[in-house]
Amino acid sequence: MPSLDDLKKRIKSVKSTQKITKAMKMVAAAKLRKAQESAEKGRPYSQKMQNIILNLTKSINDPQNAPKLLVGTGEDKKYLCVVLTADRGLCGGFNSNICKLAKTNFKKILGEGKELNIITVGSKGHDQIKREYGKYVIKKFSFKDKKNISFNEADEVGKEIISLFNQNKFDKCIIFYNNFKNVITQIPQAQQIIPTETKNLKESNEENFSYEFEPEEDEILEDLLPKNISTQVFKALLENAASEQGSRMTAMDNATRNAGDLVDKLTIDYNRSRQASITKELIEIISGAESL
Amino acid sequence: MSDKFTVEIISPDQTILKQETNEVIIPSFEGQMGILKNHISLITFLRPGIITIKAEGEKRFYIEEGTVEFSNNNLLILTATARDLVNFDKSKINEMLQKLETHLNNEISDKDRYVASYKLETLKEIS
Repeated sequence: MPSLDDLKKRIKSVKSTQKITKAMKMVAAAKLRKAQESAEKGRPYSQKMQNIILNLTKSINDPQNAPKLLVGTGEDKKYLCVVLTADRGLCGGFNSNICKLAKTNFKKILGEGKELNIITVGSKGHDQIKREYGKYVIKKFSFKDKKNISFNEADEVGKEIISLFNQNKFDKCIIFYNNFKNVITQIPQAQQIIPTETKNLKESNEENFSYEFEPEEDEILEDLLPKNISTQVFKALLENAASEQGSRMTAMDNATRNAGDLVDKLTIDYNRSRQASITKELIEIISGAESL
Repeated sequence: MSDKFTVEIISPDQTILKQETNEVIIPSFEGQMGILKNHISLITFLRPGIITIKAEGEKRFYIEEGTVEFSNNNLLILTATARDLVNFDKSKINEMLQKLETHLNNEISDKDRYVASYKLETLKEIS
């Protein structure tokens, strides 16, 4: 049975934890709005770029000679997985969800006897993955010191991916990130970026223009595809940033509520044991007086 | 009938500009290109240069690269490097010029040299 003093201390400490989580929730809510805004602003660019690529792909007659970034190396042996996570913790299942999805995929890839390379973006993901798959990690990025994610960071990652591709280090590249659906729901996603997936795009755009190309289609594609990689990474980073804040907000909201419940419970305990000790003292006094 | 069409400049983090215009001049990879209404559908990419948008007033943007799509009287310019010339800092230009000159002195590919030389020319023109 904890003494009255112990209970008092615990109530005080839970209350101050509650204050911290409440503050973190507010901060996350403010950051969320900003992150969400920039995620929305970034969408047209990646969408339009995909559209252009789609239009270009349609007019390529000779898929044999198409750029490798678009059609792949034709092999399926080596995989590069890029895992995008946050640099900070305390955001619920955000980081673990991505890592869980990534690890399931790693297991599958290795189970099929294929070669695996991993790039991690964000220190939290690296911490979780290095325990089991540390030897496969070939590079890690961390943008901890950057306040806002800009295209330059994404470009850095994109260029790294492309240079690895040009060195024939992998045949397929998959990125893992959280897709921001709304504040409570974020869906961890695996997206293949090399070779470019055009299947699901084809349905979305039925209009068919005949374009004039200057210079040739191939040359435009060669200029555009590396950019598209960076754009996809950038989109993933923005979605991730919004998801992180949303996830943190929900997590901190829950923590604040739990702390409130805990304080209520502890206060009842405290009052009860206070009452008990008073009753005990009264009984002692009365029985002492009676025995006289 | 009006002879206007829409032009959009979009960078990865925002839509920089969306407006009606009469004529746009873009520095396409193979040369300057003027675009008027009802131009044939077109996809091309850009070298460093100046985009000029002619409406009531004239707007000029410095760009280093980009992709252009024209279809249905809608001109779409995707670029990560657009800068409005109105608020393009002189000292920044000089800094970029210096960097570029050292870059040109290194061993670089023909294509790189081609792009860099246009960049140099454009920067000199606006500084």
